[in-house]
Amino acid sequence: MKYLLIILFSLLNFNSAFSEENFDNFLFKNSKLIINSSSKTVGTFLEKINVYDQNTVSRFLNLWKNKKLFYIKETKKIVLISKFDNKTYYAIDIFSNAKIGKKKKKDFKKIKPNSGVRAKIATALVNFQIFSNDKNKRINSINALEKKILPEHLELLRKAFLLEEDDRLKIKIKKLLQFAILQHGTDDKEKIKVLNELKTNTSIEVRAVLSKLLRTSEIKVTRNIEDLNNLNIAQIIKPEVISKKQFGEVIKSFFYKEKLKLSVIDAYKIAQKNGFLDKRVSLNELKLILENNIVDNKILGIDIKEFNKNSKRIEVYNKLAKIKNLNIYRDETELLNDLKQLHFYKIYIEKNKYITNKTKQVLDSINFKVKFYKYLDLFIDGLSLSSIYFLGAIGLAITFGVMRVINMAHGEFIMMGAYTGYVVQSYITNHTLSLIIAFPLAFIITFIAGVIMERLVIKHLYKNPLDTLLATFGISIALQQLAKNIFGTQARPLTSPSWLDGSLIINDDLSISYIRIAIFVLGVLFFLILLFVMKKTRFGLETRSVTQNPVMASNMGVNTEKINMLTFGFGSGIAGVAGVAIGLFSKVTSELGSEYIVQSFMTVVVGGVGSIWGTLAGASLIGFLQKFIEWFNPSNTLAAQTYMIIFIILFIQFRPRGLIALKGRAANDN
Amino acid sequence: MITDMNKSVKKHSLIFLITIFLFTLLVTFLSEPFGINFISTSFVKVLGKTLCLCIAAIAMDVVWGYCGILSLGHFAFFGLGGYMIGMWLMYERTSIIVLNSLDDSQLPFTEIELQEAIGNQIFGVVGGTEIPLIWTFADNLYFQIIFVILIPGLIAFIFGWLAFRSRVTGVYLSILTQAMTLALSLYLFQNDSGLRGNNGLSGLQNIPHLENLSQSTISILFLWLSSIGLIFSFVIFNYIIQSKFGSVITAIRDNETRLRFFGYNVEIYKLFIFVITAIITGLAGAIYYPQAGIINPAEIAPIASIYLAVWVAIGGRGKLYGAILGAASVSLLSSWFTGGNAPNIPLGFFTIEWVNWWTVFLGIGFVAITIFSKGGLIGMLNTLLVKIK
Repeated sequence: MKYLLIILFSLLNFNSAFSEENFDNFLFKNSKLIINSSSKTVGTFLEKINVYDQNTVSRFLNLWKNKKLFYIKETKKIVLISKFDNKTYYAIDIFSNAKIGKKKKKDFKKIKPNSGVRAKIATALVNFQIFSNDKNKRINSINALEKKILPEHLELLRKAFLLEEDDRLKIKIKKLLQFAILQHGTDDKEKIKVLNELKTNTSIEVRAVLSKLLRTSEIKVTRNIEDLNNLNIAQIIKPEVISKKQFGEVIKSFFYKEKLKLSVIDAYKIAQKNGFLDKRVSLNELKLILENNIVDNKILGIDIKEFNKNSKRIEVYNKLAKIKNLNIYRDETELLNDLKQLHFYKIYIEKNKYITNKTKQVLDSINFKVKFYKYLDLFIDGLSLSSIYFLGAIGLAITFGVMRVINMAHGEFIMMGAYTGYVVQSYITNHTLSLIIAFPLAFIITFIAGVIMERLVIKHLYKNPLDTLLATFGISIALQQLAKNIFGTQARPLTSPSWLDGSLIINDDLSISYIRIAIFVLGVLFFLILLFVMKKTRFGLETRSVTQNPVMASNMGVNTEKINMLTFGFGSGIAGVAGVAIGLFSKVTSELGSEYIVQSFMTVVVGGVGSIWGTLAGASLIGFLQKFIEWFNPSNTLAAQTYMIIFIILFIQFRPRGLIALKGRAANDN
Repeated sequence: MITDMNKSVKKHSLIFLITIFLFTLLVTFLSEPFGINFISTSFVKVLGKTLCLCIAAIAMDVVWGYCGILSLGHFAFFGLGGYMIGMWLMYERTSIIVLNSLDDSQLPFTEIELQEAIGNQIFGVVGGTEIPLIWTFADNLYFQIIFVILIPGLIAFIFGWLAFRSRVTGVYLSILTQAMTLALSLYLFQNDSGLRGNNGLSGLQNIPHLENLSQSTISILFLWLSSIGLIFSFVIFNYIIQSKFGSVITAIRDNETRLRFFGYNVEIYKLFIFVITAIITGLAGAIYYPQAGIINPAEIAPIASIYLAVWVAIGGRGKLYGAILGAASVSLLSSWFTGGNAPNIPLGFFTIEWVNWWTVFLGIGFVAITIFSKGGLIGMLNTLLVKIK
């Protein structure tokens, strides 16, 4: 009723003709109320000020709320103050900002509204601001309302919706109005109308409001089932024997992790709290009682050493209970019998059954759409993880996939590329420009490193792949330590340009960060370049010929040594470029490469050695699979990785040559 | 000719065994319990641990140097052995501590209360109280010792059977074994793996029921255990290698296809070698970790297994004592250099600090050995001896 009055007043006086002076007088009359305000008294005051000019009142309320107001002790006049010197202050009129006197510091006193009062002022302020002529003020008040809508805002919003002229604000107000109706409305028909309107909206806010409608009470209990007839029952709960151990009490279990329903013991506690059943003796209390009855290391003549079994404890306690007239111990099955005559249930806070049903229906249909977006999100996650794996493995697709050289230092080439990016960035501060330089520079540096490594080490070991593995491992640990010596152990930043920050927001459930898109694009680009080089260029042709049959290739006039060197350099260079890209989203440390090496090898092996298409297939399989497994248990990425590796191990058993296997002569390896 | 070679090998082995025995004896006499205290307890532990690593290295040598399977996952078995014995050590010690606290409570513990108290102690760090199912036999030393053998053996059997059956060989097998150890370490890193996640098992140096003995005595006991273990595994492997069976596995290394055409069931041979070396490695781990005191999943990261191969390659593969030489020298030198004990080398313009540069030199040296001396250190020694003669 009180609120209706406010609204009535404010409606009548929307364009108030009352002048500032009147309000000034009003304040002066009520200054005691303001100075000694409490959350109880402030309400009536706030009701009265509705009749005055909105701008003036809202200015006053703001000052009051923000503890800017003072009063003169003598006259109780409320003023603002400004410093003249250390001891004297000017008194300033709240509205005209004119100096109206000079007084000593001690003559003023600050008005300190407590938090309850400030909350009430804030509510009242919304009232003034939402109808303000100043658009910014209206936006502010709407933003404030978005955080919390109180019951008294409902009618306010209704009116604001009618009066608002700005289209965008009107939409916002309409949304708030819908929420307010659902949360605080009293008219059920209106609620259902709103529910129908919200059917297609999948935003998180809507879901939050809808699930608020479905809030339930705590578990209640009754003896008479007919009590339930008139209630909006959310759930009827049957107590269950949940613990696996004898005598109950222990509820947790290694295999029993799903959400528990209502255990017998909890149910009994509820029943007892509601006065339906007597207090029950728990095993712990039983133990305490027994301990209090020890006489000469004996209880009822039984040596305490025998009490190392619950069954014995219970047996003796029950005897003791009969003697001392205590409650005897009852185990879970007995408790269950006691509980059979009782009914446990939860009700919805919302009393109208039709509304809760309708809400459930709407929420279900929304969740169905949300689920679709979740799957789409999962797919995009998988896609971006696949691109990361692809980037990590792409260089290996050449050195291992095509040349069959196990390069354990591959990860260190990735690391070198990432550090190149870091060094370039420390000289060139423009992130975009530095990246444009870093990519080719990383390629050149790792290309040279690859060529040197091929000349010095790998050349001698072509016939013995296992030895290459070990020798390149030696290089790997040396390079890693070298990087540690040069750059230190802490992670170095490789910052992506600002236009890659942020993400493409499609709706509340689906947003893709630009960096993921960039990585995906890079992956595709790499793939196409590589495919082009291997299939369409002279160099690619010669590389393939050397790997398929070096002797024949050499007979045809191909310089096999040179081709081997260049191919290895090319693969390493690609790894370096991938390193810059990887550095953009993960921290650049000396261990960056080793994080990728095992996965990269698996990617190539799963995909099928010797084929760039295979690497793509392998990366996709591993990336999607890992996200898929993670989806079952999102909190545990470690487990997902474990299961994925086990899957790969098993996969190799059945397709030892990978997804895309070479056929014919090219397949003759080992 | 062959009998001659056998004789010389036997002679070498005998010399080796006696050397190990005398070495252990010497260390014992120079250690703290005998009052001389020339070798500190911590160094006795380092020596004992090194002996265990040598056991793992000869197992690696058999599987790689003799049978040609470059397993990059053998350290997983080492870690598993450690975990299995660690479970007993930790459970037993905790239960002793819990039972000692019995004095506070008047009634004796029931089984459930005891389990809960122990579970709280052990799994409190990972937010659990329940003792996982895999700890069912943790209160029984004999069961856990059986597990030390059984678990690595079983995993090696399943993995090897799958891999060899589908003829995964060469580098593919290496990558697959590496994947295996990675999967295992990732699994153990989880808090709900039942083995305390990345906290691992700790306090293993306190041997239950031996509380009266000082750590120095225990270190000597374990030194002997390690040394006996090394001798025992050396004898076993030497026997295997010298037998006809040994010739077959060497033939597998040299030409698997031809041997298959001869009618040998190559997979069975490989599987046997893979499993037996896994078991011995697991046992070595079970002796190692009570001396190390702590085991966590980082220990079985893929790089540990690669290092094992590095030791064998540096020492000289295809020779059991080569593997031992490699493991002992590289691991001792590594801990000496990276421990900050080695003097820095000032070059005028730059000072080589060993803590930072040892790994670099190790890596380069390793590359050099792989390229220039396939026989490793032992190979170099042999060529040197031949030249002198």
